[in-house]
Amino acid sequence: MKRGATIAWLLFLFSVPLWMTDLYVLHVLIVTGIFIIAAMSLNLLLGYTGQLSLGHVAFFGIGAYVSSLVSLGFEVHLLPTWLVTLEAKPVWFAMLCGIALAGLCGWVIGKISFKVRGAYFVIVSVSFAEVVRLVALNWVELTQGPMALNNIPALRLGLPGWFELSFLRKPANYYLVLVVAVLCYVLIRRLVHSRAGRAMVALRENEPLATSVGVDVTKFLVLATMVSAAMAGAAGALYAHYVRIVDPDVFLFIYTVTMVIMVISGGKGTLIGPVVGGLIFGLLPEVLRAFAIKPEVQWVVYGVLMILVVYFLPDGIVPAVRKWWQHRGETTAAGDSATEAAR
Amino acid sequence: MDQLLQHGVNALILGGTYALLGIGLTLIFGIMRVVNFTHGELYSFGAYMMFMWVMLAGVNFFLALILAVVLGIALGAAVEILLLRRLKGADIDTTMLVMIGAWIALQNAEQLTWSGVAKSIDNPFPSSPLVLGPVSVSWNRLFVFVVALALIAGAYALINRTKLGKAMRATFQDRETAALMGVEINFIHTATFALGSGLAAAAGALLGPVFVVYPTMGDLASLKAFAIVILGGLGSIPGATIGGFILAFMEELGAGYISSGFRDGMGFLLIILILVLKPTGLFAQKERIG
Amino acid sequence: MSEHAGTELAVEGLTIRFGGLTAVDGITFDVRSGEVLSLIGPNGAGKTTAFNAITGYIAPAAGEIRYRDTRLNGLEPHAIAALGVVRTFQKTSVFAGQSVQDNVAIGLHLRSRQRPLAVLLGLPSVAREERELAREAVEILRFVGLEPRAAQIAASLPYGELRLLEVAVALAARPSLLLLDEPVSGMNPVETASFMKLLAEIRALGITVLLVEHDMRMVMGVSDRIVCLNHGRIIASGTPGQIQRDAEVVRAYLGERYLHKA
Repeated sequence: MKRGATIAWLLFLFSVPLWMTDLYVLHVLIVTGIFIIAAMSLNLLLGYTGQLSLGHVAFFGIGAYVSSLVSLGFEVHLLPTWLVTLEAKPVWFAMLCGIALAGLCGWVIGKISFKVRGAYFVIVSVSFAEVVRLVALNWVELTQGPMALNNIPALRLGLPGWFELSFLRKPANYYLVLVVAVLCYVLIRRLVHSRAGRAMVALRENEPLATSVGVDVTKFLVLATMVSAAMAGAAGALYAHYVRIVDPDVFLFIYTVTMVIMVISGGKGTLIGPVVGGLIFGLLPEVLRAFAIKPEVQWVVYGVLMILVVYFLPDGIVPAVRKWWQHRGETTAAGDSATEAAR
Repeated sequence: MDQLLQHGVNALILGGTYALLGIGLTLIFGIMRVVNFTHGELYSFGAYMMFMWVMLAGVNFFLALILAVVLGIALGAAVEILLLRRLKGADIDTTMLVMIGAWIALQNAEQLTWSGVAKSIDNPFPSSPLVLGPVSVSWNRLFVFVVALALIAGAYALINRTKLGKAMRATFQDRETAALMGVEINFIHTATFALGSGLAAAAGALLGPVFVVYPTMGDLASLKAFAIVILGGLGSIPGATIGGFILAFMEELGAGYISSGFRDGMGFLLIILILVLKPTGLFAQKERIG
Repeated sequence: MSEHAGTELAVEGLTIRFGGLTAVDGITFDVRSGEVLSLIGPNGAGKTTAFNAITGYIAPAAGEIRYRDTRLNGLEPHAIAALGVVRTFQKTSVFAGQSVQDNVAIGLHLRSRQRPLAVLLGLPSVAREERELAREAVEILRFVGLEPRAAQIAASLPYGELRLLEVAVALAARPSLLLLDEPVSGMNPVETASFMKLLAEIRALGITVLLVEHDMRMVMGVSDRIVCLNHGRIIASGTPGQIQRDAEVVRAYLGERYLHKA
């Protein structure tokens, strides 16, 4: 039953570009999809491992910048006398570089986070993202600073002479994002339902107990951060080659906040939570825009919604719905047996 | 050398207000363990209040200052009572998320009310600066420095010499015993949060007329406040004071001799370095990580 | 009992200090293969502190801790667990939000050989091992008597069963030396008697047990040897019979007045 529903849902998602003629809607879906990938990656760190990471946008932005720079090629003076040049590389390679470098940063942060926990880690992660943003803003020689990296090439896949897929138009990008999103979901699911996933949850729930049965804290914190960062980097790379302009605003704290809202409201520590949260908070701005509401009001609504979700649905929407569904099933069963007894 | 002196004086003045920000947050983050993302908003609130009273209502500058701080205290108390009270006993990420929500709502409300255009506030001081040898200081900034020092001394006295301060410290060290001894825990929490917010508002009210006022000015202030608190050690007022001055010095020297674009980055680098090297800060009070 | 029937754990001159306070002052004892050794003593005598040092949660100021020739000093708790030394905690300690079976599954951490890459690729070996682990988890639950509770959330268990779950989780880590910290504290006599039976079955598996406990009936009933601590020092050690008659022990527990009754 559950598998049938999943397949139906997937078929529906894959069919969208075939009948959705409004390109703007496709655009919104693509960007939402990218955010959902980032939210799923954050969920691994925040939801499953319990690490208060508020610098997640750093990995997203690093993926975006590295992928763009490698695909554009660059020339930079690392020292006044030392010029480093890179020729433009194919986009698929650039994307892999973005993912790899984001993952590497995740490894570093993971190592640091072992020494620095709880509220302190929150601050380290926020500071890290700010430093990266300031570097992107000020290292103009490499990143063009606020002038942005332009004309980033779109992804091209193919075997020369055989076929070539060019991801320039919206439908192609929609499929690309959808495939990557499904892939990321599957990867996270596999990780969560394995020994590594259990170790992460154990660290979140009761660290001394976890170490007493042999869980290596550092190893799994680093693993969680690395996978999470690499996935966020992938989302960033997808973003860079879709909108094809990247500027330091991609590191703004507000994007981390958006991801956090998506994860928390959807249900941290559940697989489908960030997807639900991502759909709601990704599409919400568009709904509000339809009512011609100013962006500032949107954000006030966001803020208030966040507070309300924390108060009334502290575990998020998905667990609340599940509980309600279960409760409904139990009361119906109770109702049935009461009716039976009454006969 | 002259430049160094000038940087030094600038840093001293900036440091005073940074210290206020830091003391305010060390009370909230250090004592109440609330990751207070609204701290920066109280800072910008203080600045906007100055703008409103001085420029729009024509109120006397010094009176407006007092008003701004009082209103800041009131806003802080409101946030604590409305939002934080019902989160008693919740874990730290829940509180943090509520604070983030409040921060977003507050900042955008501010943007709606005042628009994003930067505003400047007139000050009643003579415009030609005071010149002391190679160093020049504007009267406005000198005033800021003096008031900041007074407020720092006042905060220190409040915490260490009054009954209220004693109750705050008791609640910090052992909440249950404090409650058993008759301390009104709810009131202490509100008072601490309000006091911390009032100090942030004071910093904003003092600096608003020196620089310009714009809606996102609080963000950097928030992050710098966290840097200061971590540098000085959670819950330590002397630590936050010294931390504020250290950060100001690092910023001034960094901006002057390395790169002005990276001035704001100094704070964050400082945070990361300190947390990795000496997580308990300079003046930690029985702090343990993890 | 033969002289060196294999020493599992050798603690020599263990000293632990907190600030100015010396919690454990140069204690030396060993635990022999297959035996049940109990650490007793009034509250604050240093028993749990010694446990914490042996299992790597705190660093001793001085002394040597050896497990079967491997020096445990300075090792991280998870490394010590990997060597086969597993402990339980004095305060009830489970993974509260997880199901009973998942709790044990986490305990099986060391048993599993899954590599992250195989997991991400979704190789069938992973699924196979997951099934095996699930079977083992159920086995362990059956052993401690919690099988009917497998699907329940740990936090919903009554107190006595929570303590059983703790033992189940520790057993999952395949210890050869099991350190139990006040396992029956708070249990009623029925639960305690039932636990003593469980302890006998654990022994039968060949697991050596080091026990900290206050319940004298249990201690006298299950121990091969007893070591009595007071104020961080060993004041007596021997068989249960010897300990019961030891004047120092009586004085430590009951005070000077009762000395003549001994």
